[in-house]
Amino acid sequence: MKRSLLAFSVGLALAGNAFAADSPTSADMKALDARIRALEVEGAKLREQAAAALAEASAARAELEKMKASQQATQETAAAASTAAATAAVSAPAEASAPSAGGANGNAFNPAIAVILNGNYAHHSQNPDNYVRGGFPVVDGTGPGKQGLSLGESEVSFAANIDDKFYGQLTVSYEDDNGKVGTEIEEAYIDTLTLPDGFNVRAGRFFSNIGYLNSHHTHTDNFVDRPLPYQAFLGNQYGDDGAQLRWVAPTDTYLEFGGELFRGEDFPTGGANHDGVGAHTLFAHAGGDVGDSNSWLAGVSMLKAKTTQADDGFSGDNTLYLADATWKWAPNGNTKDGGVTLRTELFFDKRDGFYTTPSDIEVDPLNPELSQPWIGDRRGAYLEAVYRLNRTWDVGYRFDKLWASNSGPFPSDFDPVRHSIEATWRNSEFSFFRLQYSHDDPLRSITDNAIYLQYDVALGAHGAHKF
Amino acid sequence: MNKLAIFATILLAFGVRNAQALNVFACEPEWGSLVHELAGDAATVDAGTTALQDVHVIEAKPSLIAKVRRADLVVCSGADLEIGWLPQLIRQAGNPKVASGAGYFMASDQITTLEKPSKLDRSEGDIHPQGNPHFQMDPYRVLAVAKALAARLGELDPGKAATYQQHLADFTTRWQTAIKGWEAKAAPLKGRKVVVHHMSWIYLENWLGMEQIGALEPKPGVPPTSAHLASLIDVTKNAHAFAILRAAYQDPKPGDWLSEHTGVPAVTLPFTVGGDDQSKDLFGLFDSTIDKLLAVAK
Repeated sequence: MKRSLLAFSVGLALAGNAFAADSPTSADMKALDARIRALEVEGAKLREQAAAALAEASAARAELEKMKASQQATQETAAAASTAAATAAVSAPAEASAPSAGGANGNAFNPAIAVILNGNYAHHSQNPDNYVRGGFPVVDGTGPGKQGLSLGESEVSFAANIDDKFYGQLTVSYEDDNGKVGTEIEEAYIDTLTLPDGFNVRAGRFFSNIGYLNSHHTHTDNFVDRPLPYQAFLGNQYGDDGAQLRWVAPTDTYLEFGGELFRGEDFPTGGANHDGVGAHTLFAHAGGDVGDSNSWLAGVSMLKAKTTQADDGFSGDNTLYLADATWKWAPNGNTKDGGVTLRTELFFDKRDGFYTTPSDIEVDPLNPELSQPWIGDRRGAYLEAVYRLNRTWDVGYRFDKLWASNSGPFPSDFDPVRHSIEATWRNSEFSFFRLQYSHDDPLRSITDNAIYLQYDVALGAHGAHKF
Repeated sequence: MNKLAIFATILLAFGVRNAQALNVFACEPEWGSLVHELAGDAATVDAGTTALQDVHVIEAKPSLIAKVRRADLVVCSGADLEIGWLPQLIRQAGNPKVASGAGYFMASDQITTLEKPSKLDRSEGDIHPQGNPHFQMDPYRVLAVAKALAARLGELDPGKAATYQQHLADFTTRWQTAIKGWEAKAAPLKGRKVVVHHMSWIYLENWLGMEQIGALEPKPGVPPTSAHLASLIDVTKNAHAFAILRAAYQDPKPGDWLSEHTGVPAVTLPFTVGGDDQSKDLFGLFDSTIDKLLAVAK
């Protein structure tokens, strides 16, 4: 009652306004009258249609009830009949595999979205801003990291099958390159899905499959930071624009062979030589099980590049050889509930070229040489052991070392060495907190004692990680 | 040419398989056993996991990639049980036969699952949007999967389709007889109450008419806490639960603790083929499960 009164008064007010706006002539009135009549007729028609529809609906409902009743009856007889009927009842109905009404929704084909959030607190006994590593220039994004609180590698990744032949993935990450904060396309690639006989092709921007850790995202690492040789020789992780061919052999033992062509623009390469195909890699991995409780993976790889002005000032031919080995032991193969993971990687870096002082580095006035030969070998290695106590806790130790060259632009008779221990607490597959202590000797008689506290969580799509 | 020969020899040394029989990769032993029932010698079955492993958290091991690489068919529970590893195996193996289509058989697609969550939020623990994936403990669902699987085997290997159907008919007869036997034997379990370790037993409980009154895991996939276990003491006693159920792969400590504090026996059930000495195949799995339940149901 109140509502209709309100409607009436609103209508009146509106009408009042309309009349006030322009006073009507009798012709106008007649036209209006005619229109109202027409509308009334139309309204009556609509009412009739609505009534018809209502009747139809109630008829349909009655029919539905009838069908339900008969269905129930058949179900009852069926259930009584035999176990086969019971089986049918638990079988998925044929139409269940058809997409639901949600398929009409534009979001139904959205890619799987996974978000990684990562942050650190670090305390270093040496000021990270003055950090120097004997024999190895510290390139952007590597080294001890920041003092105090900072955001770590936080990223969003999207992945889905593109069509019947291709899979695509995009990973965008937050980046803080010595204060230049921004986002970066970390990976953006497509994979083939239907090449026969164990072949896979990947194209786009991606992390190279050399070594073990290189193709793994850092949030799956066992330590807060990458081992020294990864920092020194690969800038933590070598990724670039390129294409990859992989082949998995049809053997009982896992055997994988492959190679990549890269643009050659990201450290340790630079300058995108050879018309933008400045680097290439080769890799081979083998793996298998020993009983139910042991698994292993080992490989050899090589990265070869023609480089112009890399981040460490090198130009020339550089070749990096890697060997990696992983051994996991866990009672009955339950690696998330206990056991030991041992991993080592060896690096051999060969350079034949020259060093030019990068433009953003101040030239030492006592040694103003701008260009000098850089020829020689350097090596690196790490060994890590992680003991998983149970689903929640693991503890680990890592030893990493670099062997410097005693000639060239970064001569050093001291070889940087570091020891790290860590403890990780996992609340679930999707979150962990890690405490790490590192004892780092980057120069003779200089020690950086560092404590790290890290959180790392995954939101959204459930990731399926590599071994 | 010489190099090629050497390479081929090396591959043979690593064990290249003769491609006569259908190669089947079964994510879990129960499906491996079912394939064996339906295909006999016509298929070579590689089981990806054992009864002593927690299939929720298997790693995408190199040995598994090698197995998927050679497979003509993968048979898995589905319903996201293997989400943490199976997609990675398939993407790494480069085997389009099993990436999708006929070579990719998810048992969960063949049946209706129970316990589909109405709310999807990881604060509820490790929940499966497609329902509870532990349906191998319902013999009717196993039979429904068998029917679909025999058809799929026939689709992949049309020459032997009749053999698969014949094996299915034989299996169905033996299975239905066995079901009647199990149901008769397990009649005393009807209406009895159990406490479970993980939400793995809903299908078994529904089938045998048992009632679940609590779980050692506070939320699915979250390890039991002492506070939660303590809270279960009174519930277990007051409801007169007759058993605390756990699977062969699960940590016995929390169940044993509750058993000590309540006097209710903890029972380790095989949960899948290979879970104990008696569970050599699917028939043995159910024989053993019911025997073990009856042994404590006095």
